[in-house]
Amino acid sequence: MRISPVKIISLLFFIFSGLYLYYAYQIRVFSFDENAPFNAKTFPIYLGYTGLFFSGLYIVLPEKKPSNVNLSVLDYRKTITLVILMIIYGITILKAGYFLSTSFFLVLSYITLGEKRWFWVFTLSFPFVAIFMFLLHGLLDIYLRDPFLKYLGIIG
Amino acid sequence: MIEGILIGLNTALSFKNILMVMIGCFAGTIIGMLPGLGPMTAIALMIPITYGFEPSTGLILMAGVYYGAVFGGSTSSILINAPGVPGTVATSFDGYPMAQQGKAGKALAIAAYSSFAGGTIAAIFLLFAAPSLSKVSLAFRSPDYFGLMILGLTAVSAFSAKGHFLKAMMMVVLGLMLASVGQDTLSDIPRFVFNNMNLADGISFVLVVMATFAMSEALTIIFKGSDPTQAAKQISLSKLGSIKLDKEETKKMVTTIPRSSIIGFIIGVLPGAGSTIASFLAYGMERNFVKDEEKLKFGKGSVNGLSAPETANNAACSGSFVPLLTLGIPGSGTTAVMLGALLGFGIQPGPRLYQTNPEIFWSVIMSMYIGMVILLILNLPLIPYIARILAVPRAFLIPLILFFSVTGIYLMSFNNFDIYLMIGIAVFSTILRLYEFPMPPLILAFVLGGLMEENLRRSLLISDGSWSFLWDRPLTLCIMVSIAIIVGWQIYKSFFQKN
Repeated sequence: MRISPVKIISLLFFIFSGLYLYYAYQIRVFSFDENAPFNAKTFPIYLGYTGLFFSGLYIVLPEKKPSNVNLSVLDYRKTITLVILMIIYGITILKAGYFLSTSFFLVLSYITLGEKRWFWVFTLSFPFVAIFMFLLHGLLDIYLRDPFLKYLGIIG
Repeated sequence: MIEGILIGLNTALSFKNILMVMIGCFAGTIIGMLPGLGPMTAIALMIPITYGFEPSTGLILMAGVYYGAVFGGSTSSILINAPGVPGTVATSFDGYPMAQQGKAGKALAIAAYSSFAGGTIAAIFLLFAAPSLSKVSLAFRSPDYFGLMILGLTAVSAFSAKGHFLKAMMMVVLGLMLASVGQDTLSDIPRFVFNNMNLADGISFVLVVMATFAMSEALTIIFKGSDPTQAAKQISLSKLGSIKLDKEETKKMVTTIPRSSIIGFIIGVLPGAGSTIASFLAYGMERNFVKDEEKLKFGKGSVNGLSAPETANNAACSGSFVPLLTLGIPGSGTTAVMLGALLGFGIQPGPRLYQTNPEIFWSVIMSMYIGMVILLILNLPLIPYIARILAVPRAFLIPLILFFSVTGIYLMSFNNFDIYLMIGIAVFSTILRLYEFPMPPLILAFVLGGLMEENLRRSLLISDGSWSFLWDRPLTLCIMVSIAIIVGWQIYKSFFQKN
């Protein structure tokens, strides 16, 4: 028997709602608020039950229009590579600075997506980020931490 | 009211604000043209920039982006039969056949004039409806607001889910759950923080919008291996033809525009309905109104068939501002994003907005007129060139969207944790999108979460913990009955109705 992926997602949401409800009951409220008609955990508790209700309903009711997704045609490699690149971008943005991390993220993303025109790959990364930084830092006065450019003496 | 209009004009006609409307219309048109990237993505990408401006300027910029994106969606419907937004699907029924007959220029002109007329007429309605409704809505109490918010959420779920109501309701609950993370507003008690200080202030609205729209849309395009820019590469400037309309075509539009504007505005005001339903209804209605010989042209390049949905979808955009500005309750995903941005500026829309912040209330309404004029003047002659810009390869487009998303959230918090959280939410959203879980209900719920809890708190405290507040007042009772009908009908339709 093949179980519909949406039913599996609903089951996961059901479990998630159960956990949410558990943590909602764990919220510590002030002692004088414990028996009040409304306190910090009232709304989350209702939400937890509502989540259980709707996901439970989806699990038990028959599916009229099951979502049909052909998993074999999806491009996992490029998508996962882009997600990893974004995580690395997030890790390096504070340490290496905005300019270097953003430029390398763009270069690697263009290459991942199959771009081979090196002129455009270069133009739309390092110079593009430099102009963007000038607009933010120079014109809009938005501070961007960048140890690399600070080391070079370009920004203060 | 005259004083208010003058205040609005004074603010909206400042050089800076006119420049913002122009930038907004232009950027919105480009983003709206791309199939899959609609007004919500366009506005989401603009939010971090708007926080650097005054509230009225930021809102004017976003309103410009909104109109530009709707207009851009029409352009891709006409030129490449690929609607950028659902609201412009009906435009392609007659717009694309016209383009195939070598009258793309004419189709674009009809779309532009109809959008302009529909938006302008609806903005006049808004001018009169908003202050009157504001006065009426002053009589609303916490239980009514609580009920209205649930009504808005269920209506948006019912209309946006396309037969997947329970999926939409799960998204609503998820949005409310995400909104509950962080300190409780009244008691400051931390909830679902798990000793992580980064979560103490809750999850940023911009983060959720960027993750569920801009970033997740970009990842979905790559995941599915689709290329939204492919069709745009085939556009030929020489094949667009003249943009001049003859007398007969103008006459047809003159009869279509008023009735489509009225229906568009009314549908736009209703929570959840929005421009998609307005455009389909106007298209269907127009087909019934025209003579038999014109009826035969529908679907083959009819002027009435193109003008009606274009007028209605723009009128609906203006209409959707009525519940936002007067009740503080957004009726659609796009206006929910705008509400989130307003709250970010420290402004609470609602019946008192036009008394406490008249410059914002009126300048937004006035900027709609200005936006319409700019769209007409700026975009119509430039459309062929803007369409060419769209042939930017996917390999450049997607990384740039991801870059703007990460930069947007980084500029707001300078914190790695927010970037990781955004990536995590974007990955989950991409999987959920794949299985047709709609995102607009999640955003609407996330924005309304705090307000809903606040109104429920007041209602329960006043009624001393009794739920009778839901049926004590006739107005609240009517709202609750409407909710019960929508939920019951949608569940029946989704699971038990045969066809």
